[in-house]
Amino acid sequence: MSAAASSRAVPRKAGSTVPVLVITAMIMAAWYAACLPMNNDLPQLARVTGLAERYQVSWAIERPVLPAPHQIVTELYNSTIGTRLFRETADGVVLNPRNLVFHAWVTLSATLLGFAMGSLLGIVIAIGIVHSRTLSKSLMPWVIISQTIPILAIAPIVIVALGSIGLTGLVPKAIISAYLCFFPVAIGMVKGLLSPDTMQLDLMRTYNGSVAQTFWKLRWPAAVPFLFASLKVAITISLVGAIVGELPTGAQAGLGARLLSGSYFGQTIQIWSALLFAALLAALLVVAVTLAERLTLKAMGSRP
Amino acid sequence: MSDAALDRPAGPAGRSDGLSDGVIDIRDLSLTFQTADGPVYALSHVDLAVRKGEFISFIGPSGCGKTTLLRVIADLEQASSGQISVNGLTPEEARLNRQYGYVFQAPALYPWRTIEKNVMLPLEVFGMTAAERTARARKYLALVNLAGFEQKFPWQLSGGMQQRASIARALSFDPQLLLMDEPFGALDEIVRDKLNEQLLRLWAETRKTVIFVTHSIPEAVFLSTRIVVMSPRPGRIIDIIDCDLGDNRSLDIRETPRFLAIAQRVREGLRAGHSYDD
Ligand SMILES: Nc1ncnc2c1ncn2[C@@H]1O[C@H](COP(=O)(O)OP(=O)(O)OP(=O)(O)O)[C@@H](O)[C@H]1O
Ligand SMILES: [Mg+2]
Repeated sequence: MSAAASSRAVPRKAGSTVPVLVITAMIMAAWYAACLPMNNDLPQLARVTGLAERYQVSWAIERPVLPAPHQIVTELYNSTIGTRLFRETADGVVLNPRNLVFHAWVTLSATLLGFAMGSLLGIVIAIGIVHSRTLSKSLMPWVIISQTIPILAIAPIVIVALGSIGLTGLVPKAIISAYLCFFPVAIGMVKGLLSPDTMQLDLMRTYNGSVAQTFWKLRWPAAVPFLFASLKVAITISLVGAIVGELPTGAQAGLGARLLSGSYFGQTIQIWSALLFAALLAALLVVAVTLAERLTLKAMGSRP
Repeated sequence: MSDAALDRPAGPAGRSDGLSDGVIDIRDLSLTFQTADGPVYALSHVDLAVRKGEFISFIGPSGCGKTTLLRVIADLEQASSGQISVNGLTPEEARLNRQYGYVFQAPALYPWRTIEKNVMLPLEVFGMTAAERTARARKYLALVNLAGFEQKFPWQLSGGMQQRASIARALSFDPQLLLMDEPFGALDEIVRDKLNEQLLRLWAETRKTVIFVTHSIPEAVFLSTRIVVMSPRPGRIIDIIDCDLGDNRSLDIRETPRFLAIAQRVREGLRAGHSYDD
């Protein structure tokens, strides 16, 4: 069964640590090496001679074209752990907007809301498609077409349209997230709900089971491994959707806003640290879904 | 749809047009599959009457329509022409009233359910109480020697144990008609012998009507009261052999002259129906 196969693939072998470290070290070395040629034309390097000195300067420029990894990590540290997390206002204690965690939370809340809405929508669409020929014929083309329209074109339209009826902030971003992430869930769930074989379906037929019983006792549990595979894709692109949703309005808060303001003011280090934080957030979200997957599939008796 | 069907799974016996103990009545039944490569004549002019309490085996070469015939009886396939009644009802009515238990060629257990939960599946569908479900699952798992494996998942059991669980599942709602499609086909000789004995004992105790598909001549002769020999292209019945070996059969019976004579007749029937050009 696919459930068993996917959960069996998860435990990593101890032997893969070394190769991963080697690759990481190689990427880091290449990165540091690239800092000089990338930043070569900057005025800070104009009067520096000697290769070693030039490299040292290239790794410590305030607004470099390409910052060095340690500059990004330092910035990330300073803007998270190095900054007060909470701030006291007239309304009480709130997250401090100078702290990156504040921005991450703004983006994360839109991500999670969009993920929930999109996944639900994807599941509902899949159920409709699997149970009705009419829906499968009429809905499926729209589902596919929806994904051929670039999100960068859709996002401003959604933001502006919803803004004109007074909806701003969380909900429009969540809608863009949902728009992106319902697709893999719908496709995965259609496949999952159709995965029971003839024999398993015939069995329900011999019991004269209703459509609802066949769904809850057969189709739904059979689709669960497919659902989790889709959710892992959905959660990451849901984050992408939330960040993209922050770009068109020039929002003040969120990781997308940090990316945007960073690019306005040439704060490359700020851009990179927001990027790194977003990547860490995405990894965290995938790990959370994977954990939920493992617990669920274990309860459903898949092979360890 | 009604749960009342559970109380009388065999259905009204009196309604089977005169034959008070007729369970299955098939007359001039044909079935043609329309495929992309033209029609496949799976069954052709099949006549068969099965009485209550009989143990009937279908035997025949691969592709002769044994599964198809079983599926027609179970209303999983529709005949192209001819008549068929099950307990005096149409196959569809019989299926809607849950009058038979079907054992598939493979165990077809749901992998996300424990063995016990798998056996409870039909009982859940029928809307039985939790207490009743548990009691029945325990009872029928013990009957097929699977006591103690209730909480295991299917992959933790051997193929033979899985097949026994699927038989327990078919028995759990006590249908008076059992349709079994090569239930022991994938098992080794020793396990198969054992399960054959168990099945025979079960049949002797419960007197259910059993229709059993097999490829094995000894298995058919050992188990059956009558053997239906089929031949392919088009699938048809070429012989029906009485198998009057009495009720208390043990595996030793397979050495007796009577047993060997019947087996020989089945073999000749199979040979006659087998055309060598395919
Ligand atoms: N759904 C179907 N569509 C088209 N042809 C079918 C279908 N089901 C069965 N057949 C054909 O009908 C014939 C009888 O098939 P059936 O499965 O009843 O054979 P069988 O006697 O059970 O064989 P085996 O012993 O291998 O299980 C075969 O030629 C098969 O190819
Ligand atoms: Mg078959």
